[in-house]
Amino acid sequence: MALSNVVETPASGFNFENVCRNVALEGLLQGGQTKAPKPMKTGTTIAGVLCKNGVVLGADTRATSGEVVADKMCAKIHYISPNIYCCGAGTAADTEKTTDLLSSNLTIFSMNSGRNPRVVMAVNILQDMLFRYRGQIGASLILGGVDCTGNHLYKVGPYGSIDNVPYLAMGSGDLAALGILEDRFKANMEMEEAKELVRDAIHSGIMSDLGSGNNIDICVITKQGVDYIRPYQESEYKDKRQRRYKYRPGTTSILTEKIVPLELEVVQETVQRMDTA
Amino acid sequence: MNTRGLRSQLKDSVPVTGMGPQVGAYGVQDTLRSGFSSVKNELLPSHALELSEKNFQLNQDKINFSNLRNIQGLHAPLKLQMEYRAARQIQRLPFLQSSHLALDTLKGNDESISFEDILNDPAQSEMMGEPHVMVEYKLGMM
Repeated sequence: MALSNVVETPASGFNFENVCRNVALEGLLQGGQTKAPKPMKTGTTIAGVLCKNGVVLGADTRATSGEVVADKMCAKIHYISPNIYCCGAGTAADTEKTTDLLSSNLTIFSMNSGRNPRVVMAVNILQDMLFRYRGQIGASLILGGVDCTGNHLYKVGPYGSIDNVPYLAMGSGDLAALGILEDRFKANMEMEEAKELVRDAIHSGIMSDLGSGNNIDICVITKQGVDYIRPYQESEYKDKRQRRYKYRPGTTSILTEKIVPLELEVVQETVQRMDTA
Repeated sequence: MNTRGLRSQLKDSVPVTGMGPQVGAYGVQDTLRSGFSSVKNELLPSHALELSEKNFQLNQDKINFSNLRNIQGLHAPLKLQMEYRAARQIQRLPFLQSSHLALDTLKGNDESISFEDILNDPAQSEMMGEPHVMVEYKLGMM
């Protein structure tokens, strides 16, 4: 009996049907001149610092796709909840989707319990999610927030490892940024000093790493609220492209004008009465 | 947490039921829809996560019930599984998508969002089985 019309419910979640085909395509393309397009990465510098009254997070704004700058004003500091923000490095889509999912889960929790979520809860949810996918989701995240237990700064790696230290840097420019942080970090710094330190750390990442560049964004989280300064510092190399190519009337001068009237003669006329009853 | 007591509980984890040949009409390989077949493709999973994702929910349930049995005694998982079985029977006809609302509420899936809810939602599936054939298949008359 032909069973072609019995359809099983497709499993929800990730679909692995095209993996064989993709592997075969990679093999075919390697021999030829064309290559498969690379996913957009945020080869990046992100940093976070704990200070006296809160947390300061910083990030650059360049997103690369292979050797091309794909986005010059990419927003790498993602909103998680009113008191928690997250910087993301790695594959841009993965960090975006993962932080979105985390934010949605925490919103549901807030609605259920009537409280602002704690940073440890966000970290645990992320850890579970990333470990479940064994690092295939390329998201390295720095989570910072202020909750009822104090100020917190965590780093979550793509395989689900976490680290809880007062100052952090991640991304391809993390070594350069860490150098600055290691040199000048002190416990219980003032807010302005912490902002300057994070700015300098991201700046050194931008200068020393090809994958980081353009502007610097800073996000300051305190008990009173969040200050998301975007951009904190703009790059000196601005893009002076003219985005609109409309010119005002009179830009081009009129030299001569000739008017030719078009004469029409009536060939046929039909009248159809409209019934307006 | 997903990894609580993982090692001790997974000695008898759910076996893989195999990918199976993609049969189309008349029991023959459906080349148009599922591509060329090869024995290797059917026996081995092609992606590192394919196996673990296929059995993820089952394994999680196994771990949780095991833990529950160790902590609270046999009655706890028994009662829960009885409730799950009852909730699983509340479905629409076989060819229609059911919302699984009772089952989701029991399992706690209504308070969390993961990739299962966003990607490949069965409610948005573009294929539907032929109603008469599906009902006959479900009732075992095929």
